[in-house]
Amino acid sequence: MNYRYNIGCSLSNLKGIREFIRTSLDDYDIPELEMSAIVLAIDEMCSNLMIHAHHCNPDHKIELCILEPSSGELVFEIVDDGNVFDINAFNEPKMDNLIHEKRKGGLGIRLVKSIMDKVEYGSKDGKNVCRLTKVFKKDEQ
Amino acid sequence: MVQIKRLQEDGIDTLAVIGEIDASSSIELDLSIAKSVGEGFKKILVDCSSLEYISSAGLGVFMSYIEEFKDKGISMVMFGLNEKVANNFSILGLADLLHICGTKEEAKQLVNELSI
Repeated sequence: MNYRYNIGCSLSNLKGIREFIRTSLDDYDIPELEMSAIVLAIDEMCSNLMIHAHHCNPDHKIELCILEPSSGELVFEIVDDGNVFDINAFNEPKMDNLIHEKRKGGLGIRLVKSIMDKVEYGSKDGKNVCRLTKVFKKDEQ
Repeated sequence: MVQIKRLQEDGIDTLAVIGEIDASSSIELDLSIAKSVGEGFKKILVDCSSLEYISSAGLGVFMSYIEEFKDKGISMVMFGLNEKVANNFSILGLADLLHICGTKEEAKQLVNELSI
């Protein structure tokens, strides 16, 4: 089965997103460290979207969907109708530059790209769909 | 939701971070560190033994102080990170840029050595 969660774009809802992922995937025996990295990546994607595309307006909704886990991969879809925030279009800032400029942001995209194997953008029924895929190596299952 | 308790002893300011740091709560961490710096502490310990989660917003706060600490001669050492939290630092390579110890005793020793 697929798991769906509708959330208002308030940063206070990020905790609920993390709990939703953990609860939904509880039965799939994902190693804890792997699970916590996945939760982190989805938290980063949702908070980016809430901040940059929806300006943290709690009346704006996004939908997080976890597709039926199949052997070897896990697919998440984040659906919204704001401006597309395509992380593939952003060059990852160099760590040295971030440190030198004393910047607090810019790490989220780097984390998502390190953790997830694919980040794709498309549209469905007039809405934006961001699809994130995590592939598990055989010995990690 | 995060709570930060500060304790000062032997010229060291210890910030105990309790709970989760994400985009909604990272400001609390930022304010606590800024307060410690503002009060003139040169040795700061961050007790992460009750830190359950940290996202890039929190990692970014620690990163943003690296240069300022260097300029002002401030040493910061973190300790007590659980495996999941430590992994989030490692994914970005931040574990190599910050001072991270296992126990409070080790952290105390290191912060004193760094301040010499």
